[in-house]
Parts: sequence; C-alpha cells; structure tokens
Amino acid sequence: MKFTILVNEGPYQHQSSDSALQFIRAALEKGHEIFRVFFYHDGVNNGTRLAVPPKDDRLIQSEWSTLAEEHGVDLVICIAAAQRRGLMDADEAKRQGLDANNIAPGFRISGLGQLIDGNIEADRTIVFGD
Amino acid sequence: MSKKFMYVNRKAPYGTVYALESLEVVLIAAAFEQDVSLAFIDDGVYQIAKGQDTKGIGMKGFSATYNALGDYDVNKFYVERESLEERGLTEDDLMPIVYEDENDDWAEKPSVKIVSRAEMAQVLSEQDVTLSF
Repeated sequence: MKFTILVNEGPYQHQSSDSALQFIRAALEKGHEIFRVFFYHDGVNNGTRLAVPPKDDRLIQSEWSTLAEEHGVDLVICIAAAQRRGLMDADEAKRQGLDANNIAPGFRISGLGQLIDGNIEADRTIVFGD
Repeated sequence: MSKKFMYVNRKAPYGTVYALESLEVVLIAAAFEQDVSLAFIDDGVYQIAKGQDTKGIGMKGFSATYNALGDYDVNKFYVERESLEERGLTEDDLMPIVYEDENDDWAEKPSVKIVSRAEMAQVLSEQDVTLSF
C-alpha cells in the first residue's frame, strides 16, 4: 500500500513525530511504500538541523534525515508554516535576505499543494497530530 | 478523478493556530478541484460562531473566510449537533454561511448542515481522505 503521512506537531513537545517515525519504519519493513511525509503546523520543526538534545535522548531530526537517506523518503516542509516559524533552506534565506538557514539534510521546503498531491496519489493518508 | 476530502476541525478558532492553518489547506484542496467537505466537532464548532471579534487579543480575525469558501465550491459544512448542545449553542449561534448553487440558477443556499454524532460517523466513513486539525 502507498501511504502519505502528515505530521502536525513538533518534536519532543509531542509524541506525533516519534509515532510517525515508528509507523513509517514498520510500514517500510512490511514492504509498503511511503509516497511522502508532509510537515505542517509545528511539525515543520522536525526539519531543523540545529537541534541539540541531551546526549541520553533520541535525536528526532536526524532520525528523519536517516530515513530519507536510507529509504529515499520524500520529506516536505510546508513553506507557509515554515516561514512563520523560522525554518529556512539556503534559497529561501537568500530570497528573504536572511543571514542563516537551518534545514536538515533530506528535507525540502515546498507548498501545501504537495500535501494535497500526496493525498491524491496515496492509497491512505495517515495524520499524526494532537 | 477527484477524491472526497474531509477536514475535521476540532479546535477553537483562537488559542492555537490549527483552525487558521487548516483553512489554508482547505483553499489549496479546492484549487486542486477535489470534493471538499468540512466537519466541525467539539470546540471546532466555535470556528463558525457568530460575532467573533479578535481585537482584544491582537490576532487577525479570519471568520469571514468561511463564508467565502462557497466561491471555491466548498459548501458542505457538517456541524455535530451534540457538540453544539454540550456548549449551550444552537444553529442560530452560527454564522449564516451560504453558497450560490450553479445548478439551480445561482440560488443562495445554506452551506451548514447540522448532523447527529451517528450521522457524522456515517459522513466520515464515506471519505477518501480525512485530515484532522
């Protein structure tokens, strides 16, 4: 089965990211396809490369990057939600005249159309949120 | 072929950003020419309550947007009766949201449909994509 995943909550604050990661790993292990993971609301904070949690905690952001690297999962951050919350890739930072970018490897920033497209293309959409 | 999209709104319009950002997704789905419905459950019923005024909390009010959705063929607003009753609200406390029916000489018709919890379950079971905010 082909899944699109929507993550609506930020890492650490809420369990959605952990649950989504666990679901995706389990689905891939069973031979399912993850068409896209879309990050919305505070979920966009899953895509920062500047998180430094305590050493004995999990590093959620890099778990996403690893997932993208090992399985080619498409990780898309909503641009409108990202702009509100200060998530930037290099191109967007340049366009906005900002002096830094903070997006983690494997993520890309794009529009809400990518969510709807994912919902249309996938057999099932699973929402992880509050 | 279009899919049936249901947006489930369960949160009050202000206090968190869910309602505002949910509306942004609704507009995009409409632009993709999907069959879009909205459900208002729990505190989500306050999103379409009459007389919203956000001046005192310093936030942009967006309640007028719901009435504009008819222009994007978004005209199925399912509101759960039990959620209204639990909050001491009736249909009269909701904004008169309408759309113009192109198949009926552009007659103005109500977009809001009050349904029971059981009917809401039935409507939800008929969807292809359910996005919950």
